[in-house]
Amino acid sequence: MKDPVIEAKAITKTLGRGAGEVQALRGIDLSLRRGELTLLMGPSGSGKTTLLLILGCMLAPSSGEVMVCGAPTSQADKEGLAKIRRDHIGFVFQSYHLFPTLTAVQNVQLALDIRSERRRKARERSRQALKMVGLEQKTNALPLELSGGEQQRVAIARAIVANPSVVLADEPTAALDGSNGKTIMRILATIAHEQQSAVLVVTHDPRVLPFADRIIQIEDGRLVDERSGERERVRMPRSAAFGAD
Amino acid sequence: MSLALTLASRNLFYDRLRFIATLVGIVFSVILVMIQMGLFLGFGHMVSTMIDHASTDLWVVPRGAKCFEDSPLLDLKMRDRIAAVSGVTATIPLVIGFSDWRLESGEVTPVFIVGTDLRDGALQPWNVVGGNVQALSERGAVAVDRSYFDRLGVTGVGSTAEIRGHHVRVVAITDGIRSFATTPYVFVDLKSARSYTGTLNDRASNLLVRLNPAADREKVLQAVRAQAGDAEVLTPDEFRSRSRSFWLFGTGAGAALFAGALLGVIVGTVIVAQTLYSSTKDHLSEFATLRAMGSSNRYIYNVIIYQALLNAVIGFAIAAGLGAVVVQITAKSALPIVITPWLMAALAVLTVVMCVASAIGAIVRVVRIDPATVFMR
Repeated sequence: MKDPVIEAKAITKTLGRGAGEVQALRGIDLSLRRGELTLLMGPSGSGKTTLLLILGCMLAPSSGEVMVCGAPTSQADKEGLAKIRRDHIGFVFQSYHLFPTLTAVQNVQLALDIRSERRRKARERSRQALKMVGLEQKTNALPLELSGGEQQRVAIARAIVANPSVVLADEPTAALDGSNGKTIMRILATIAHEQQSAVLVVTHDPRVLPFADRIIQIEDGRLVDERSGERERVRMPRSAAFGAD
Repeated sequence: MSLALTLASRNLFYDRLRFIATLVGIVFSVILVMIQMGLFLGFGHMVSTMIDHASTDLWVVPRGAKCFEDSPLLDLKMRDRIAAVSGVTATIPLVIGFSDWRLESGEVTPVFIVGTDLRDGALQPWNVVGGNVQALSERGAVAVDRSYFDRLGVTGVGSTAEIRGHHVRVVAITDGIRSFATTPYVFVDLKSARSYTGTLNDRASNLLVRLNPAADREKVLQAVRAQAGDAEVLTPDEFRSRSRSFWLFGTGAGAALFAGALLGVIVGTVIVAQTLYSSTKDHLSEFATLRAMGSSNRYIYNVIIYQALLNAVIGFAIAAGLGAVVVQITAKSALPIVITPWLMAALAVLTVVMCVASAIGAIVRVVRIDPATVFMR
């Protein structure tokens, strides 16, 4: 078994204070490994997003430890956590969060620009990333000129362009129709299997189940079930896999 | 070029109305400061214009004289002693003072007489655009500036009037010799000046001293001071500085101009800060996204600072263009606004400082941003 990219040990998280205090996570142990697409599923309020934020180094646990690529994160300050995210993690958001005034390629390039990568090289890599998600024809389109599925693909290109160890995706198919959702999941599965990144998808969407290598259920802040997924074979050639809605 | 700059410019131009409001604020502020400081420089030049155009090396003035126009009389008995100092080549009395100019219509207006021995050329009218300065040695000859034609009832060379009952005739016309006190300067020869101001022959307002160029100036200055008795001996720089200090700070005029300039800076800073803060607030989710992606705070500050700098550059360019127009418009006015390259450079720096300082509020707001908010929307 491969070494975990992210390892969470005995994570608890309490939100709010006094009468409004909520125990959002109650002793979570979880590992994400390269080459795996893991689904984190559970009802609303079960702690999915809180766990995603903690794994993504955006929220500190009340207790427990998160290790990213073998390094503990508990001692890192805000800038230190930002650097961990920059170096190891790519994010895909439910609402895409593209920059409306930048073109598709610039949105992707931004992920390299914050890493101080030289502009020419960053642009080339960004074009490659857009090509991987089947948007090589739309590099100069503004987000408003793209469909929801295309916008999400740009967001995925942005998340993977710097070759992160792990990609964390929050409800990436929630705003998409079945066809676009399927495309997005294919891309995420291929990122896990071909780029050997760890991919965690937080979702409500049962349509994504066939793409999972592993499915984790969370309820009331506890992991209640973990099983292997029923992944369909998506290891088709890249040119065929990406971009085909 | 970093994408931070691209992002900054797109953010800036995205909301055009706000961008225009920002520019208006900056341009208003810079123009206000420019005009106040231009007036300050204009005042400064105007109050020392006679000192600037005197061709001599030293000024002997009554002790405590505050400025050129402050003209208690000197007793000229020290003149011979000063003339005898080694290194002094000429001592030229200057008589100045207010007098009355009676137009042909009978109307009377005050004028400021400037009279010196024309043979010495110590303080002759300059920028002569009509007539002949040499003719000033003729009886009743005067030189006036054309900007005062209406006030003096003059139409050009040959016009006549009366000063203190003496018939005078315009023999030379100058351009741009204006008085800070708005009282027209009238150039005459020394003898006439005494008549028009009621100054006795053994008295003068100032004594202009010319030195031998080869002389040790410091040594001669000390020797002249030793012979000057109660009078003060000033270099042109000292007298210029004293005149400017008096008019600009002694009267409060300079302080008023600086207060206006300060107001401009404050208004500009507040407007830019407000619009920048508002722009940042509108783009908070983008900054949160950047932060979630792992951007350093520094990168985000750069975006905001670039926005501020773009505001500064564009705002200053517009203000500079308008400033040039203002300079042209006021060039022939009673109080021209003087804008020097140094003033422009200082204004450019001030604009940048103002805009960057304005970014502090926006930066403070962004520092508090929580990247987790990206997952809440």
